[in-house]
Amino acid sequence: MRKNYDLEKRKFVIGGFVVLIAIIYIFRLVNLQLVDDRYSHAADSNAFLKKTVYPSRGLIYDRNGELVVFNQPAYDVMLIPRDVQPFDTLDFCATLNISKEQLDKRFEDMRDRRLNPGYSSYTPQKLITQLSAQDYGQLQEKLYRFPGFFIQKRILRQYNRATAANVLGNIREVSPRDIENDSYYSPGDYTGDLGIEKSYEPYLRGKKGVEILIRDASGRIHGRYKDGSEDIEPISGRDVKMSIDIELQQYAESLMAGKRGAIVAIEPSTGEILCMVSMPNYDPTLLVGRERGKNYQKLVNDNTWPLFDRALMGAYPPGSTFKPTQGLIFLQEGIININTAYPCAHGYINGGLRVGCHSHGAPLPLKPAIQTSCNAFFCWGFKAMIDRRSKYGSSANAFEVWKNHLVSMGYGYKLGVDLPGESRGFIPNSKFYDKFYREGRWSANTIISVSIGQGEILATPLQIANLAATIANRGYFITPHVVKEIQDTVMPAELLERRYPTIDKNYYQEIAEGMRMAVTGGTCRRAAIPDIEVCGKTGTAQNPHGKDHSAFMGFAPYNDPKIAVAVYVENGGWGATYGVPIGSLVMEKYLTGSISPQRQGMEEQMINSSIYYAPAKKK
Amino acid sequence: MPLPRRNDPSATFRNLDWTTIAIYLIMVLAGVVSIYAANYNFDNASMFSFSEFSGKQLCWIGLSILIALVIVLIDTRMYETYAYPLYILIVLLLFITPFVANDIKGSRSWISFGSMSLQPAEFAKFATALALAKLFSSYHFSLNAKASNYVRALTIIFLPIILILLQNETGSALTFMALFFVLYREGMSGLVLFAALFAVVIFVVAIKYTDILFLGIPTGQFIVFLLIMVITVAMAIIYSKRTEVGRNLFILYAGAWLIEYLLTIAGVTVPGVPVNIAVIAIGCIYLVICALRYRRPGLFIPVATAVLSTIFLFSVDFAFDKLQHHQKQRIEVALGKIEDLRDAGYNVNQSKIAIGSGGFFGRGFLKGTQTKLKYVPEQHTDFIFCTIGEERGFIGAAGVTLLFLVLILRIIKIGERQPTTFGRVYAYCVASYFIFHFCINIGMVIGLCPVIGIPLPFFSYGGSSLWGFTILLFILLKIDATRKNVMAY
Repeated sequence: MRKNYDLEKRKFVIGGFVVLIAIIYIFRLVNLQLVDDRYSHAADSNAFLKKTVYPSRGLIYDRNGELVVFNQPAYDVMLIPRDVQPFDTLDFCATLNISKEQLDKRFEDMRDRRLNPGYSSYTPQKLITQLSAQDYGQLQEKLYRFPGFFIQKRILRQYNRATAANVLGNIREVSPRDIENDSYYSPGDYTGDLGIEKSYEPYLRGKKGVEILIRDASGRIHGRYKDGSEDIEPISGRDVKMSIDIELQQYAESLMAGKRGAIVAIEPSTGEILCMVSMPNYDPTLLVGRERGKNYQKLVNDNTWPLFDRALMGAYPPGSTFKPTQGLIFLQEGIININTAYPCAHGYINGGLRVGCHSHGAPLPLKPAIQTSCNAFFCWGFKAMIDRRSKYGSSANAFEVWKNHLVSMGYGYKLGVDLPGESRGFIPNSKFYDKFYREGRWSANTIISVSIGQGEILATPLQIANLAATIANRGYFITPHVVKEIQDTVMPAELLERRYPTIDKNYYQEIAEGMRMAVTGGTCRRAAIPDIEVCGKTGTAQNPHGKDHSAFMGFAPYNDPKIAVAVYVENGGWGATYGVPIGSLVMEKYLTGSISPQRQGMEEQMINSSIYYAPAKKK
Repeated sequence: MPLPRRNDPSATFRNLDWTTIAIYLIMVLAGVVSIYAANYNFDNASMFSFSEFSGKQLCWIGLSILIALVIVLIDTRMYETYAYPLYILIVLLLFITPFVANDIKGSRSWISFGSMSLQPAEFAKFATALALAKLFSSYHFSLNAKASNYVRALTIIFLPIILILLQNETGSALTFMALFFVLYREGMSGLVLFAALFAVVIFVVAIKYTDILFLGIPTGQFIVFLLIMVITVAMAIIYSKRTEVGRNLFILYAGAWLIEYLLTIAGVTVPGVPVNIAVIAIGCIYLVICALRYRRPGLFIPVATAVLSTIFLFSVDFAFDKLQHHQKQRIEVALGKIEDLRDAGYNVNQSKIAIGSGGFFGRGFLKGTQTKLKYVPEQHTDFIFCTIGEERGFIGAAGVTLLFLVLILRIIKIGERQPTTFGRVYAYCVASYFIFHFCINIGMVIGLCPVIGIPLPFFSYGGSSLWGFTILLFILLKIDATRKNVMAY
């Protein structure tokens, strides 16, 4: 074992290095703890009171620049329990117009850890929320008599029109889970709930600031720390411009009065949603202020489900509005050509199966089939495709091809609208039927009803409107969205890109012509608007909840479409009864700004008619 | 003389270094108390409740003592025999960690076993130390004998670094860089450490002082130019063993500065940066001539120093730009360049206020409002030192600093008294880890280093770190306790 004494000396270098570092650190501690009075001063003044300064939340405008949602100040009474000294409760209650019992109850709730898990006697706690401006003024004057109390300014939402609650959403206090998921929030903060307020929360909320106040041992405030030079200014939230036309939205809601269902209108060239109605609706101002909790509970318990946005959460059988997708798939797959005609003997009769149809000429090819909404045509087409083993090998394979086309058109999956809670609807795949009927034991006739939008098929009104927009565009769509611009930010690219279904665009022209014929001389004659070439397709969807649902899907004008619309009225009967008139009125209102005199009778009829719904059974 | 038995427990216990064990116990117990204080919010459960971090930490300490006992009872030779297999095992574990670990705040370094999680990186410390010690103790191994020895040593060090970097745990990975101290102790040229230190100095001043001083030279670059000149003069004297070489170099530099100064007064605009680079280049040429004339190849060292430093100086900005945004911010905060009280600077500013408000005696146990009111994040883990600073004041903070100093010096002393290379190298590895954690952790809490998330050994909350360091230390104590048996083998 050699020992290298030269190298052994290196222990002094290493040891010396550590000694040097320790000396530097101790010197630094001397400086921080003993010399620098910035910090010892902080020790004497018993820390700072950090008051959060809330930024103003971004405003929401409609597509024409009309202000829809704005801010209104409100004031919370806060206190730091440790700093509160005995005070004149009588005076306090009189100032705030509350009873002694109410005050005691508030104190009790505040200290109850189950209701207020963040309770600590050392941190600011909220005693009373959202004082009116008047109460605030009175309390502010007397605040010096109540040590430990202070007032925190908050921002509430206010609405210019009582409409579009489902699109706008509202704001609520953060839950413990929100705080856990996002470190930005602290107890008592507000966050967006539902609608745009939720999906655009990161843009709307801005960034909180801090005001640092110096506080002595008994909790008295001694002004601002360093005259506010260490304060952090809040950054206001970004304003948002919706693609919604608030005027049209309100008009569309009025047409749906007394009925349940949804309307979605889209500008085909941009994917911008022009209006999105869900009925029954509610007044957004219900969810503002001190009554919010009570009102929210009421809405939750309401058995007509006003909080459920039927336009994008409701999954309905699309009925005959689904037929255009079938025509497109058959053409694309070469099952039919534009002249192929199928017979209709008051329905589709095959293998002991009968799907009924109404009277019209027969046999007929695709365009007249769309015009007259012939069930038999689409059943025959479907059978020809699904049972064509020579092309696909098996019904299951054919069905997969069929399903994939539909998925490319936006069915069966979420479209990706910029609102929370979207439903994906339902398009079964072959495995679904393999499980249901056992593998190889099903064929076109087993599942024939899917070809006319019945059976297992479910779609949201948004998906139906998106189909109308795709046909209007003759072969592409843009993910529907309700926000057009965000202040100082570019819109996400996925809301601007064109999405192409797996269907040749020439075939869309054929469908558009068929839908035009339905308005000029078919099922949608009531949709005709003077001087505007309207295209449409009715839907009458059978359902297990009673009378048929009334649906309509259409767009206008025929060339260079400006609006595509889908209407769905629950238990409204024939598509032509409610769907067609409401859809065409929405289009007319948007395109011309008013309703032509000869159609005003129909308008009045829609506004005034209501449907009786049997009270829903308790879930 | 009776031969001592190879593995006699009672003899081992007698020979354990009880001073170190005492320091260890003081540290872990002070740690629990601090963790309790850091999480106390005035109406809490007791320190011993398992629902509190402190209660859990007490559990981890109990297990540590058990682990320590087992380590002391294992035959010393086992550590040497199984050094490589153990190292390979840990390396494999590190390799699979990112694949099986959950993502926690962007890092994939924790392996969960039911409700427990362990961080394999903490256990890589002692395994790497054992492997390095084993390498150095192999027969006739001398670091400087051939270049491949460096390759072998560096491979052992860098393998865990790379694997831990893949887990996105930059802090833990950097810890292993401390093992360069070991290489230095075992014969690596001191110039490497000097170069590293000088590089840090250049980096810091070049980033921190960017305002123009005079002659169009930024202050940072001015300082670096001056340092290069002073160092080359000093090196010229040392490596040529002739004072006149240094004197001539000094005259060149001083003369150049004087002329530049006079020209400026006369109203001539001197482009300071290129002129000084030219002056340093002339100095280098002079040194090369001297090296050849006096046959002193050592003079190439100051030439290399000057050239490399200058190149490094002008590539710092470039290198800095390559860092990730949060890393850049942390560095700028530590250098006091940006005072961003909301984002990157928030932790450090709050922890400085906490420590600063402690004063001389501290604000008293459980009385610190700064930490109680949760102004300081991570206060029971990486920022535990700031609770000590706030509640125990200068006495407590300086005390902990000195405790670490004593521990590290003690480990170095233990290292030097080892009769075997294995023992000595292992001891220096242990010392190196402690040096790194001590410097970086306390440095970041008092705002002198960038924030690198590594724990304060024995104080910070967490089982993995506590066990990792306990194993590290007690293997050393076991080796030390049986050092007198070596001759008996």
